[in-house]
Amino acid sequence: MKIVVLTKHVPQAIGEVSFGQDLTVNRSAVRCRLQDADEYAVEQAARIACRRLDVQVTAVTMGPAGAGAALRAALARGADEGVHVLDDALHGSDAPATSLVLAAACRRLGFDLILCGTASTDSAMSVIPAMLAERLGVPALCCCDTLSTDEDMLFATRDDGTATEELAAAMPAVVSVTDRSGEPRYPRFEAVADARRKLVRTWSLADLGIGAAEVGLAAAATRVRQATRSEECTLHANEDPAEAATRIADFLSRRQFL
Amino acid sequence: MAQVVALVDRDEREGTVRRSTCALLTLARRFGDPVAVCATRPDDETIKVLGYHGATEIWYPDTAVVPSQRGSAKSPPVTETDLLAAVAQRLDPAAVLIASTPRNQETAARLAIRLDCGIITDAVDLLPGPDGEPVAIQRCLAGSYLVESTIIRGIPLITVRPEAAVPEPSPASPTLHTIAVATSEARAARIAATPKTRLGRPALDQADIVVAGGRGIGSRATFAVLAEIAEALGGAVAGSHTAAELGWIPPEARIGLTGKTVNPRLYLACGVSGSVRHRAGMQGAKTVVAIDDDPAAPIFQLADLGIVGDVRAILPALLAEIRSRTQTRARARADQEVSDPELQDPA
Repeated sequence: MKIVVLTKHVPQAIGEVSFGQDLTVNRSAVRCRLQDADEYAVEQAARIACRRLDVQVTAVTMGPAGAGAALRAALARGADEGVHVLDDALHGSDAPATSLVLAAACRRLGFDLILCGTASTDSAMSVIPAMLAERLGVPALCCCDTLSTDEDMLFATRDDGTATEELAAAMPAVVSVTDRSGEPRYPRFEAVADARRKLVRTWSLADLGIGAAEVGLAAAATRVRQATRSEECTLHANEDPAEAATRIADFLSRRQFL
Repeated sequence: MAQVVALVDRDEREGTVRRSTCALLTLARRFGDPVAVCATRPDDETIKVLGYHGATEIWYPDTAVVPSQRGSAKSPPVTETDLLAAVAQRLDPAAVLIASTPRNQETAARLAIRLDCGIITDAVDLLPGPDGEPVAIQRCLAGSYLVESTIIRGIPLITVRPEAAVPEPSPASPTLHTIAVATSEARAARIAATPKTRLGRPALDQADIVVAGGRGIGSRATFAVLAEIAEALGGAVAGSHTAAELGWIPPEARIGLTGKTVNPRLYLACGVSGSVRHRAGMQGAKTVVAIDDDPAAPIFQLADLGIVGDVRAILPALLAEIRSRTQTRARARADQEVSDPELQDPA
């Protein structure tokens, strides 16, 4: 059974992130780490690997050179090998282009199960799992709270607030797991040291058979016109209680809580 | 005039059209004639509600659609993605709008790949650009930036947050159309759903709205007012460590490092200064409203709306204000049903 875990190297403190000249997120200016959501995905892969003998877990990331650190973190947490899709042409790729590249990488690796977190902390679109599934023609099980496997079936549950759902799908499939799926274990020192000796392959777009014109900022289907820092919270002091109550109620109805 | 497609979401527990769908129709009117797309044949009540909010056409499939990506492995089901793709190809709309829920996000993502068009998720507002194209505004990077973007390839596909617009009526008499939907070849997951019963007050860690009190509340009596506000908003009651130690809340309702961690859509902090250990339990909240008498309280660094004042005076006023607003809305809704003849008879 081949498991591919998708990982992302994201800024550590989201509040400090800024936009570059071309209105893409300036990733070199901030410290980055393996994002929390992906730790849960790696953890699920490691748990499946404990119960079966035939499991091979590959962590895949796409991003600038620093993203290799996310792979090392995933390797320390139980992945067997890593693949880093690294190409200068990838800068500024939108979600459809990202899914194109990841789908090509997964196809080249071969997979029974693709695991990922539900949403990234920086872009937070949570569309990549479904886009991948659409491109690969496999079922997508998104936002799963539990996951278990059978010989060739996947079983999962999820909760959307109004109903609990039980999902079943035959492998191969794409699964995204939430932070309720099980606390990721903290890697032992030996595992961290061992991760440095594990195999990490670097693939370029040419290796995946994708043209540079299909990805990147120029090929993006969306264009950012403007990014402005949203105003800081303004404090309203010394108000009459009734006035303050009206202000809060206005705010609540504007945001549709009332 | 251009048409804008909006996907209709139904609340199965209430048996009604969701409020977010009415908000989508309101937004759609800024760019063209709203076209509602239903997964099943709409009943009279649905047609009334959609028409009241301005839908000029309602499309539904001629076969049964399985909501979202449901279905059995044996026969490939028709999904909402297939339905929207068929409608978009037929009408070539100016935009496709979908309310952003986890399940709809999945539909939108698949649709973007199938139609090869650009996608913007979680828009908090939609405005017409210089050429009439939709410009979506998103809150990015944990709300610290407002980003304006447009879609430059294919049919603009936008998922919209529920707070993006307040539904405004614009009565129209929609025409009904059916469309043939081809099933996609791709395999789907099999899904069995068990609806949850609605609780009066949700469990703390699953609550959409959390109302929390701290030392500033001052007394058990004021805490009761806080609990009533939570009830009126349909939220859960919580408190800081101090509130738990003073016995105003049970220890299990304590938010913080050693208590519960919550990620609600709204966190209303009343008389909570926001110590490091308290903030550790609630920094995942999407919207924070804080009331405290100390303008230097750390909770205001996280707040979207901060009120400096005496929480003991503000809370009763807030409770009265919330009650009067919900009552006015309930009365307006009742009046609307009686007085509007167009709504009485959609034919």
